[in-house]
Amino acid sequence: MKDFVLHFEKPIVELENKILEMRELAKSGDVDISEEIQQLEQKAVKLREEVFSNLDRWQRVQLARHPKRPYTLDYIEQMTDWFQEIHGDRNFRDDPSIVAGLGQIDGRDVAIIGHQKGRSTRENLHRNFGMPHPEGYRKALRVMKLAEKFNRPVLTLIDTNGAYPGLGAEERGQAEAIARNLFEMSQLTVPVVSVVIGEGGSGGALALGIADRLLMLEYAWYSVITPEGCASILYRDATLAYKAAEAMRLTANDLLELGVVDEILPEPFGGAHRDWKTTADTVRTAISKQFKQLEKLKPETLINRRIDKYGKIGVFEEA
Amino acid sequence: MSSWFKRDKENLKSSQKREVPEGVWAKCPGCETVLYSRKLERNFLVCPECGHHNRLPIGGYVDLLSDEKTFKELFGELKSLDPLGFKDSKKYSDRISAAMKKTERNEAVVTGEAALHGHPVVLAIMDFQFLGGSVGSVVGEKIARAVDYAVENKRALIIISSSGGMRMQEGILSLMQMAKTSARLTRLAKAGLPFISLMTDPTTGGTTASFSMLGDLNIAEPGALIGFAGPRVIKQTIGQDLPEGFQRSEFLKDTGFLDQVVPRLEVKQRIAEFLSWMTGRPTVLAEEAKVEGE
Ligand SMILES: [Zn+2]
Repeated sequence: MKDFVLHFEKPIVELENKILEMRELAKSGDVDISEEIQQLEQKAVKLREEVFSNLDRWQRVQLARHPKRPYTLDYIEQMTDWFQEIHGDRNFRDDPSIVAGLGQIDGRDVAIIGHQKGRSTRENLHRNFGMPHPEGYRKALRVMKLAEKFNRPVLTLIDTNGAYPGLGAEERGQAEAIARNLFEMSQLTVPVVSVVIGEGGSGGALALGIADRLLMLEYAWYSVITPEGCASILYRDATLAYKAAEAMRLTANDLLELGVVDEILPEPFGGAHRDWKTTADTVRTAISKQFKQLEKLKPETLINRRIDKYGKIGVFEEA
Repeated sequence: MSSWFKRDKENLKSSQKREVPEGVWAKCPGCETVLYSRKLERNFLVCPECGHHNRLPIGGYVDLLSDEKTFKELFGELKSLDPLGFKDSKKYSDRISAAMKKTERNEAVVTGEAALHGHPVVLAIMDFQFLGGSVGSVVGEKIARAVDYAVENKRALIIISSSGGMRMQEGILSLMQMAKTSARLTRLAKAGLPFISLMTDPTTGGTTASFSMLGDLNIAEPGALIGFAGPRVIKQTIGQDLPEGFQRSEFLKDTGFLDQVVPRLEVKQRIAEFLSWMTGRPTVLAEEAKVEGE
């Protein structure tokens, strides 16, 4: 995992490693190779530009799934002045695939809720690969209602393949839990800002995503189903996910054009995984700006605008 | 012959090819009794022998639930476009045209106002025949408008779901219809108006995970498949067969997610009673001769 490199990142990473090697060499050796190093550095910049200005949708999906990409807890660590995680839905159990808690960002008290993936196999088993059960969504809603009670805005970070499709999840009402969150989030009296930080997979993502403002990182994706799911249903072959990714138009740019996303947050060169701090700073600055604007609105205005915002989404013909 | 049966006869035939053979006689998939088709049809496709509920077309629900000649369709002019230019083995736009031709309807839901045993209601009836009852921009918009209409005219809302979930060919726009419909339903709730959700076979995916589960009362027909993930996906995930009756109406009632399982032939009366309790308005029994009198 430590050295995980995507196929299209490989030439860049190789070049960068070579530059590192030569710098080491320059430190110890007597020969002056600074010119060669400079040339290689220029070449690396050019190569990065080439690769990253021509990413197709499937490559973006892979970046969104990069195992070194920052997850919810990483953002929390980078962005908050203070944070305390709180646990459980008060009914069944604590679902570790959703992290929820009370925090402070840029001096503002907020509730923070987000999907949480794991990095190692062990972590992923614990976090269920960031795929929540109903109790995860119910915990999320409990914390949102807590925020509402104390008039604190809500920040949600979206990063899931989807809600978990299992026996227990169905028995405990996955559909009802998601539906309930959509309904209740629509009428929260406090501002809600959501950021798609990685994967926005289906209803499992949306269940944390009814917001006054929806922001999306540059290489995140968000759609009605995973590219694999779409491919296995419509093309009857999950290996055609790259085709489905293209057809579904699931990138940040696509969603901005379709009127779903309010703002795209640029990632550092090469993607969020290359520089967590810069990425988190971008996110922090953007959400603070949004909260500042939203805080001025009366609850009733806020709610009506939120409902009407979703009311406008959709494309159809009216004879 | 009832009008919906004439109108939807073709659909019925094509959809239930495996279950109800064409012609005068039909074999019940529940008990294998060979039945006279007209008898089955008079029974709203519920087997008189074993109670098996065959899938009923939209027109059937209109007749089942609305008092005679009270149904007036609303928002029927809305039609789907192809916002993503989506193509898999077929173009999405071709799929829409084919579904329109097959069902003789514009979309996967019909919305309208009616009287239900005298109660003023707005009905939204979904059609599994139309691209699997999938929810795209039009279905979302029609349900949202049905909610608005109910609020403006102080009517109760009844949604009859039958849907495989969100329409993949509209990508994120279809997912957002879950948000649109759920958000709009908060206004109905705020107005203190009833919403009864009736789920029929099948109701899955984002449909279940949005408006279908948000009724003041959630009821279902017997034996209907209802869930979030489809049984095949779950089976794949867990790598074992699903228990008998898993994700069927009765299972959902037992696990606490349905208020009642109501047989089709009793559902109008039951909804009327619920509405009377909720609104204080008396139930006015329409003559029940409709089924008999042809
Ligand atoms: Zn039978």
